[in-house]
Amino acid sequence: MLNLLNEAINRTGIKADKTIKNLNMNLTLKIWRQKNQNDKGGFESYQVSDVSPDMSFLEMIDVLNEDLVKEDKDPVHFDHDCREGICGTCSMVINGRPHGPKEGITTCQLHMRSFSDGDHITIEPWRAKAFPVIKDLVVDRTSFDRIQQAGGYVSVNTGGAPDANEIPIPKRIADEAFDAATCIGCGACVAACKNASAMLFVSAKVSQLAMLPQGQVERKTRVEKMVAQMDEEGFGACTNTGACAAECPKGIDLSNIARLNREYIGAKLKSENVS
Amino acid sequence: MSSVLNSKVPEGPLAEKWEKHKFSVKLVNPANKRKYDIIVVGTGLAGASAAASFGELGYNVKAFAYQDSPRRAHSIAAQGGINASKNYQNDGDSTFRLFYDTIKGGDYRSREANVYRLAEVSTNIIDQCVAQGVPFARDYGGLLDNRSFGGAQVSRTFYARGQTGQQLLLGAYGALNRQISNGKVKMYNRTEMLDVVMVNGEAKGIITRNLITGEIERHSAHAVVLATGGYGNVFFLSTNAMGCNATAAWRAHRRGAFFANPCFTQIHPTCIPVSGEHQSKLTLMSESLRNDGRVWVPKEARKGLTAKEALNIPEEERDYYLERKYPSFGNLVPRDVASRNAKDVCDEGRGVGPSGLAVFLDFADAINRDGEDLIRSKYGNLFDMYMQITGDNPYEVPMMIYPAVHYTMGGLWVDYNLQTTIPGLYAIGECNFSDHGANRLGASALMQGLADGYFVIPYTIGDYLASQPYEKVGTDHEAFDEAEKTVNDHLDKLLNINGNKTVDEFHKELGKIMWDYCGMSRTGEGLKKASGMVKELKEEFWKNVKVVGTADELNQSLEKANRVSDFIELAEVMIQDALDRAESCGGHFREESQTPEGEALRIDDEYSYVSAWEFTGNGAAKLNKEDLVFENVKLTQRSYK
Ligand SMILES: Cc1cc2nc3c(=O)[nH]c(=O)nc-3n(C[C@H](O)[C@H](O)[C@H](O)COP(=O)(O)OP(=O)(O)OC[C@H]3O[C@@H](n4cnc5c(N)ncnc54)[C@H](O)[C@@H]3O)c2cc1C
Repeated sequence: MLNLLNEAINRTGIKADKTIKNLNMNLTLKIWRQKNQNDKGGFESYQVSDVSPDMSFLEMIDVLNEDLVKEDKDPVHFDHDCREGICGTCSMVINGRPHGPKEGITTCQLHMRSFSDGDHITIEPWRAKAFPVIKDLVVDRTSFDRIQQAGGYVSVNTGGAPDANEIPIPKRIADEAFDAATCIGCGACVAACKNASAMLFVSAKVSQLAMLPQGQVERKTRVEKMVAQMDEEGFGACTNTGACAAECPKGIDLSNIARLNREYIGAKLKSENVS
Repeated sequence: MSSVLNSKVPEGPLAEKWEKHKFSVKLVNPANKRKYDIIVVGTGLAGASAAASFGELGYNVKAFAYQDSPRRAHSIAAQGGINASKNYQNDGDSTFRLFYDTIKGGDYRSREANVYRLAEVSTNIIDQCVAQGVPFARDYGGLLDNRSFGGAQVSRTFYARGQTGQQLLLGAYGALNRQISNGKVKMYNRTEMLDVVMVNGEAKGIITRNLITGEIERHSAHAVVLATGGYGNVFFLSTNAMGCNATAAWRAHRRGAFFANPCFTQIHPTCIPVSGEHQSKLTLMSESLRNDGRVWVPKEARKGLTAKEALNIPEEERDYYLERKYPSFGNLVPRDVASRNAKDVCDEGRGVGPSGLAVFLDFADAINRDGEDLIRSKYGNLFDMYMQITGDNPYEVPMMIYPAVHYTMGGLWVDYNLQTTIPGLYAIGECNFSDHGANRLGASALMQGLADGYFVIPYTIGDYLASQPYEKVGTDHEAFDEAEKTVNDHLDKLLNINGNKTVDEFHKELGKIMWDYCGMSRTGEGLKKASGMVKELKEEFWKNVKVVGTADELNQSLEKANRVSDFIELAEVMIQDALDRAESCGGHFREESQTPEGEALRIDDEYSYVSAWEFTGNGAAKLNKEDLVFENVKLTQRSYK
């Protein structure tokens, strides 16, 4: 049908991009606005019209922001950078779900064709004590960095590493370590959890390095230090609801949390650290 | 004329230069390293690896990034892989072969000694990353796997599924984190460098803006290293992240660092086409797709043709133009050739899709031949990504693709030590010009970033520091006053114009000028026109840009305006450079310089030089030339017929 329509329109010389106009949407956005960390903040409503289904969710906000600037209003601040789902910067709770309604993608990969004309969309920042709001939808996730700084690495200096093929690693293990290593550190797991627990995030790094031969030397101290830092940052406890893994845009598996627990208990039993 | 530029390439045979150089540079003894402070701006692959290595050596490091964490630098987005001449596949790879491929791939516009060193240290990078726990792909025997990439006849590309950049960056981020926790590196996230502080002609500090509070801060050090990435966002639309910018490099240029080969930009042939005015960035579809996809457009113009309708176009009405024009390389011609040809057929009016700026990349034959499962196992994630963005299913209909700006070979001019023309100021990674000539081969940017950061600059910076007094310049020095004032004046000016065009509107206009006249194909006449247009745009920008909010808060509108003001100035030099280089080479195609068959024609007698542009402040930059001398390779014209 659409083909015929397009052809007909082509013959009349009207540009083809006119044909998709009828799919464009008018939407009502309810967005969290908060001037800074000390401001109480609240929701504000905005109408956006003529939204193309080909736009990404963030492009839709770009359009809104252009309009706001033209009206001398402060644009909606939000975090974003690569816009292809890998840097982990974007962070919006859309209609109650971190990164929106579709599974396995980040906010920047969400496209407007997932919505319909007339929809009301609520947009909020990540909410967690350990992620204080900086402005509007922008939150402070440096707590994640501090957890990694506590031990999320192998202590090897530049230079002097042995030949890369000296230690063969079974493909299955390398693949599994890779799967854990694909965490993008966005914090959706924390935002999805009713306790704002960071267990999935921490478990991804602990698992990756616990599986690889290179991670063995510091295996016990690493898990102890990272968990201690996680607790210090004020993340909540894990009650195994699985909400984190369900909302993870990279599909980090819950089995990593089980491994983290095993690693942690194992380390504590033989701890050389006085904690 | 070239006397101002001293590349400091060591004497002696190519293969011995780096060893000799390492022996001859001055060293700072271990106990004295803690007396020196180094600033590293940027913590992508190049910056994170450099900052971590400096910390390990004992230097005190301050590192800066505009993102909220070093893990989010744009290096994270690299997909395909990283080259290294390990020769694990026993297919004849060697340091010399990697060197040769890189020089040739760069169309003979890079410096032999630097490229050779890059090839030499490439193997150490892989060792280092594996030791850090980077989970590269492995074969069933547990050893590292390789794939092949364009421009090479050996399999030397190491990869971690489609996320190699992510895994390498997280490795470097780990090394950096270790130094942060040791107290050797102090990390400043969400902090943007806005100027270099010059004391007696040398770089002795920087001025930054805290992006959350807006606070302008002074940082002093014995040396400054820029690792701030590429400037592809001059074109507004590119595969770069939204925040990628030229500000650090440009402000350094304004302080005296020469900018080399600014017109050398890489346009990647396979990206998802623009879908409308709202478009904010472009997404790359890996080069590997051209192994199985066939590129075509209809023989007769069919504007607005959709992917579904393509199925009804009979075989004899299709033009597989790459296979037709380049029978021996077919769809696998290098990036620049594939891009230019896509542009040509679209210019002829034979482009497809709503905008007419797209060509088909068709997998129907491959699926018929190999089955959908095999194609899925090779490209599943890319097909999913495509479907997510466009709503079309590439298992059923052809993909639509179009070229997009992807990488900038140009950058700050550096010598063999990676020092810019400002003593004490270094540039590493994509932000320098050093290794890729006029065209970068796939999987070589990650290699260069990590080579510079882990294995080159930790040695070469010592040569400079060893001659510096321990005493640091205080941040109360008048040079800091002056630089801070320059920064504040610039920001105030932007905030006070209060015009009626948004920053994005200016940025889009700039991008369009650059894309049309300084993009895939350039002419002297077009460049002159573009030069006038950019000049006008600049004047209008400073009269009519609208920036809301204040300077002392998180203000993304101000951040953008600040960056765009630098892009506009950089664009002027890019055009000047493209105009000067009246030959075609690599990604720079001058229509006046082509073979009778319409292919790029290099003119070695006249243009075997690096163009290093010097800031003059009067609108036109001054050209300095570094002559390129080739002692180890024979220059040939590329042909893919
Ligand atoms: C989509 C895509 C895919 C790619 N795939 C590959 C591939 O498969 N193989 C390959 O070899 N190459 C690939 N490349 C190229 C490669 O990823 C980059 O060239 C390389 O990662 C650049 O690294 P860098 O460290 O120089 O810069 P970046 O990673 O861009 O880091 C720049 C750093 O500088 C900081 N910064 C910038 N400006 C400022 C400022 N003013 N103040 C403070 N901080 C600042 C940023 O915060 C960041 O930390 C790809 C590129 C893209 C866009």
